[in-house]
Amino acid sequence: MLNRDEDILRAAEDWQKAGHGVALATVVETWGSAPRPAGSSLVINDDGTFLGSVSGGCVEGAVVTEALDVIASGRPKMLEFGVADETAWNVGLSCGGTIRVFVEKVG
Amino acid sequence: MKLQTLHELNAERAARRPAIIVTDVASGEQRLVKAGDFAADPLGPELSKQLRTGKSAMVEASGKKLFLNVYAPTAKLVIIGAVHISQALAPLARSLDYDVTVVDPRTAFASPERFPDVPLIAEWPDVALPPLNIDHYTAFVAVTHDPKIDDPALLHAFKCNCFYIGALGSRKTHGKRAERLRSMGASEADVARIHAPIGLAIGAVSPSEIAVSIMAEITAQLRLPPKEKEQAA
Repeated sequence: MLNRDEDILRAAEDWQKAGHGVALATVVETWGSAPRPAGSSLVINDDGTFLGSVSGGCVEGAVVTEALDVIASGRPKMLEFGVADETAWNVGLSCGGTIRVFVEKVG
Repeated sequence: MKLQTLHELNAERAARRPAIIVTDVASGEQRLVKAGDFAADPLGPELSKQLRTGKSAMVEASGKKLFLNVYAPTAKLVIIGAVHISQALAPLARSLDYDVTVVDPRTAFASPERFPDVPLIAEWPDVALPPLNIDHYTAFVAVTHDPKIDDPALLHAFKCNCFYIGALGSRKTHGKRAERLRSMGASEADVARIHAPIGLAIGAVSPSEIAVSIMAEITAQLRLPPKEKEQAA
């Protein structure tokens, strides 16, 4: 776990320098059996290309969509995903946990 | 995250220096705190605790919810001696996410057949160790039982500020080793840093059990707060 996100932050810097809009999504809180611990992150660019993981695949699609919004607006966002949260989000965690993901623009 | 912050963070990570990103999740305000600046920081104790445990977490401070994202280097384990214990120790340490390197000039011991998938250096310590850039985030164990190999390796480790140094051998063996090291210029403080007999006292008998006791002692050194660390040692 100590070595996590090795290429993610490097990619975030490289993409930004190459002229891309870039966002960083980071798990900041977890409850129950969340698939990835706090600090896990995902980097997304304005092509929709992403690297890393915040949930092992359960909610990445939704995070990428929100991240494109954040790249466009420049305003950070807090997202919450949980299996019981079907009204707010179409996607949930099959494992039954809840995670909160902070999405911010890079640059 | 500002590009400048990201750039500085990547520089710290490349230099294997720990750092924490503090984010006010309500405002998005953010700052990078390098490990060397923890002591002077208002969040000092929280930062130190999160780094020690290697866990990122949300904390509350002066009415704000702050996310502390910990970036710690991958710990390394350098094993001097491609012996039976090392064959058990190397895979165990890898399962605990250590970058493992085994050093032994005796090619009969340091063979890929005995150590599949582990970087092996069949050289004497004076040749093998300097390129490894051993730093604070390194645990260093000397288990050859041969003073010609272990002693110069330990002298090198003393200069590198490793978070853990351990050496195999009974109290009597270690007493003789301490004398030799002093005569070769090691200070009293250097010698006192060696964990010997190596490993936590769990009655380990087999090489695998000794490997468990060594990794338990290394884990305690990495994770426990200073006071409890003394009790465990």
